[in-house]
Amino acid sequence: MNSKWLPINEIAEKVNNGSLRAADLVDLALKTIEQNNEYNAIIVTTADRARERALQIDKLTKSGSKAGMLAGVPFIAKDNFLVFGAETTAASNILKGFNAPYQSTVIEKLEAAGAICVAKANLDAFGHGGSTENSDFGPTLNPHDKTKVPGGSSGGSAAAVVLDMAPFALGTDTGGSSRQPASFSGCVGYKPTYGLMSRSGIIAMASSTDTVGVLGRDVSDIAYVTECISGKDPLDSTTIESNPDGYMIDKPLKDLKGIKIGLVSEYMTDGVDEGVKNSIKDTVKKLESLGAEVIPVSIPSLSLSLAVYYILVPAEISSNLSRYDGQRFGYSDPNAKDLDESYTNSRTRGFGKEAKRRIMIGTHVLSSGYYEAYYKKAQLVRTKIINEVQKTFESVDYLIGPAAPTTAFELGSSTNDPLQMYLADIMTVGASLTGIPAIVIPAGTVSGMPVGLQIMSPQKSDKSLLEVAQLAQKEINK
Amino acid sequence: MYNSGMVNLTREDVHRLAMLAKITITEDEIAQMQKDLDSVLAYVEKLQDVDTSNLEPTNQVTGLKNIMRNDEVIDYGMSQEALLANVPEVEKNYIKTKRVL
Repeated sequence: MNSKWLPINEIAEKVNNGSLRAADLVDLALKTIEQNNEYNAIIVTTADRARERALQIDKLTKSGSKAGMLAGVPFIAKDNFLVFGAETTAASNILKGFNAPYQSTVIEKLEAAGAICVAKANLDAFGHGGSTENSDFGPTLNPHDKTKVPGGSSGGSAAAVVLDMAPFALGTDTGGSSRQPASFSGCVGYKPTYGLMSRSGIIAMASSTDTVGVLGRDVSDIAYVTECISGKDPLDSTTIESNPDGYMIDKPLKDLKGIKIGLVSEYMTDGVDEGVKNSIKDTVKKLESLGAEVIPVSIPSLSLSLAVYYILVPAEISSNLSRYDGQRFGYSDPNAKDLDESYTNSRTRGFGKEAKRRIMIGTHVLSSGYYEAYYKKAQLVRTKIINEVQKTFESVDYLIGPAAPTTAFELGSSTNDPLQMYLADIMTVGASLTGIPAIVIPAGTVSGMPVGLQIMSPQKSDKSLLEVAQLAQKEINK
Repeated sequence: MYNSGMVNLTREDVHRLAMLAKITITEDEIAQMQKDLDSVLAYVEKLQDVDTSNLEPTNQVTGLKNIMRNDEVIDYGMSQEALLANVPEVEKNYIKTKRVL
């Protein structure tokens, strides 16, 4: 993919040594955003604040100081990250007008390293969806075909990267929300081990699987950003220590000799599009040419993961969305007669259809008399899936498969059938439920539409996952 | 497929859930909501047949337990003003709600 942007480490180096100006980079990003307005990838820019920060960075480097490992690098954040400089809405009307009183930890870390947020990307409201059609700001269009969806829920972030608006974008990934849009739009999308990146200041969807997602053109860029934003955070007690050796790829792998990779049979069934399967099979040959041993593996309980996901996640959503009650922030019905009516009217008018649907499902599966049969049962099956995946990693180092059963679908084709939309997550929810890291890299096209290869590895092995993905991407691009 | 008879919500069930969730579902919307919920509940029904004996439920996936910190005030730069700026109705630095009774 030809890009306006140099590799991220080179941009930062040039800004630090004064051969590139942060102000020019911000202008380039903002100009590219404006030129691609029709795709609706962006909800709002943070132009004023971005320009101000660029000037500060340029002043710093002009005086001979360094401005950090991401000096002057523009990026785009999904609009469920709390960011100064614009409203944070999660693409829901209920948060229109909400100004972040603090910033999310990863944004703070990026800013401390010199990166500059230039815009907030579109998403399915609150992250509920697989197509970015469920946004109260209108759908985002696929950069390769405007009649198709970009995937979701981080569809705005994926489209922004592919449209070259910035060198990287932040998304979130609860069940595939960064990986599936990377597959549909044709970029790299990475979901780290659960807890590797702080979620403080990110609007919660389902807390037991929510992670940050990083989207970019190149695995090495993603690894570079990961180095900056991972690690323990006192503001998010679910965070884990980052790898003491960091995540940057300073010594790229030369081959995959001695590495065993399992191609997941449950992700290559008859229900998967033939073209997608063929792209994956072609990619397997490339991995084999690098010396990897690729064998088919079966993980039968993975076929249950979507059912587990659509119990646990709505349950957690119904809890997390209970804070939107019209009292402390967000839309509030000014004419409500009493407190109960204020709660009910504010939520009824503020939430969209899908949020209501998920709150209702969540309320049902958590309600007395159903909790054991639904919620507890799903937690038990989750354990079964985790055990089977762990067992599989005793015989293979990595798991691979497609990121989605099809390429990007037509706008409007699944919006009236929630279950159909949920099926778009079928190959990504497994990694979410088990907390393992997973990355999607572009792996060919079918009728001009991108296909993504998903690579997964055991918890906390993110560094080696990124290294393998980097080499795989290089080989696929040959 | 509906072996345990848990699926197929009645209109009353949907009303009750809406009341618990503090959401109003109009008479026009109720049939569609009923249909949508039923299709999801029918899909997840397959879990009922899975043998999960001798397994413990998973609540936390990386094995962390009871993360404690010192009981100290941390200043992370949030101002009362910025917090109150998002509140729909404020009076003398208090959040004002509608009457309870």
